[in-house]
Amino acid sequence: MINKIFATPEAALADVPDGATVMISGFGGAGMPALLIDGLIAQGATNLTVVNNNAGNADSGLAALIGAGRVRKILCTFPRQADSWHFDKLYRAGKLELELVPQGTLAERIRAAGAGIGAFFTPTAFGTRLAEGKETRHINGRDYVLEYPIHADYALLKADRADRWGNLSYRKTARNFAPIMASAAKCTVVQVRETVALGELDPETVVTPGIFVQRVIKSPS
Amino acid sequence: MKKFDRKQMAARVAQDIPEGAYVNLGIGLPTLVADYLPKGREIILHSENGVLGIGPRPPEGEEDEDLINAGKEPVTLLAGGSYFHHADSFAMIRGRHLDYCVLGAFQVSAAGDLANWHTGAPDAIPAVGGAMDLAVGAKQVLVMMEHLTKDGKSKLVERCSYPLTGARCVNRIYTDLAVIDVTPDGLHLVEIVAEDLSFDELQKLSGVPLRYRAAA
Repeated sequence: MINKIFATPEAALADVPDGATVMISGFGGAGMPALLIDGLIAQGATNLTVVNNNAGNADSGLAALIGAGRVRKILCTFPRQADSWHFDKLYRAGKLELELVPQGTLAERIRAAGAGIGAFFTPTAFGTRLAEGKETRHINGRDYVLEYPIHADYALLKADRADRWGNLSYRKTARNFAPIMASAAKCTVVQVRETVALGELDPETVVTPGIFVQRVIKSPS
Repeated sequence: MKKFDRKQMAARVAQDIPEGAYVNLGIGLPTLVADYLPKGREIILHSENGVLGIGPRPPEGEEDEDLINAGKEPVTLLAGGSYFHHADSFAMIRGRHLDYCVLGAFQVSAAGDLANWHTGAPDAIPAVGGAMDLAVGAKQVLVMMEHLTKDGKSKLVERCSYPLTGARCVNRIYTDLAVIDVTPDGLHLVEIVAEDLSFDELQKLSGVPLRYRAAA
């Protein structure tokens, strides 16, 4: 019997090695998997490359992972926030590498990884410093920049409901990056508000099919 | 001369958004436009973080942390609204499905180059968000900004001195002094909005030549 539901974050994250690339869902706080990030901090893996839209807020979640010195490099679109002090401090000290990516390019690079695409041309950032040194091409009267997929070893995601096959549904704008990150990682770990019996999720409302999901944790209510 | 205030600027932009338009409003000043969309027009607001059909800010105490806009402010969803993931959201932007985006700016050049994401200061922490995608993707890119910097320099420039967000991407500029179109032969004044400001005075305050096309 397939059962992707794990008992604890510790069990679901036990094998994350030092140096892993970890995608973390969320846009600010919406959709951020706080339980799994806390689990990763406790687990101790370090020298991580993290992919997220932001670089953490205040002292919890991704900010705590950064503050604990576990992150070597971050790929994100908007690190600077009023309360991104952990990122700001390490970045300014040269202890945290930043790859700044336009938001649509970040999303498409993640999507491309999950979809088996080798690279793609996008018009975004052409003629700007974020395209410096990148291959470009003129196609049908428009200029494009070549971008490569972002693959991950792990994706830590938050969803609303899951069944034991790993089918997922989300809640409102907390969905954001989670469905594409689920497809781009070798091992996708999801925290959900509720686990339900197989068949309880209306197949028409499953946003992420279980084929993209390896492990599920139910948040304590 | 009496300049437009921020609310008047927002109302002036809102007046130009037609019935049925799909629109993304940038963070900051452009977000104000939502409050001035003419009643009776159905206009669908998009946000980068995966939502179409944004409604007004919820009453205090009814905020939902799972329902926010790109500025991470709580919003509501109108009947007919929808949620989708980030790659779909940017397919809407980059794939030319959005009719308008309204963006703030540090500078706009005579050719329609936009600089709005980085001051170029070496110690600044860079952040770009969805600005570069919106700049190349929306069918019409509208810029909303003060005409002058705090120290009185024109934000309309021959060449942007700040790093570009997008090249030749701006269609129309709304300032606290005027509405200006970007055309293949330069900037054309559409309308002076400040009170008691002549064309010659506006020209003196602007860093680039403005043309004025009398209504045909």
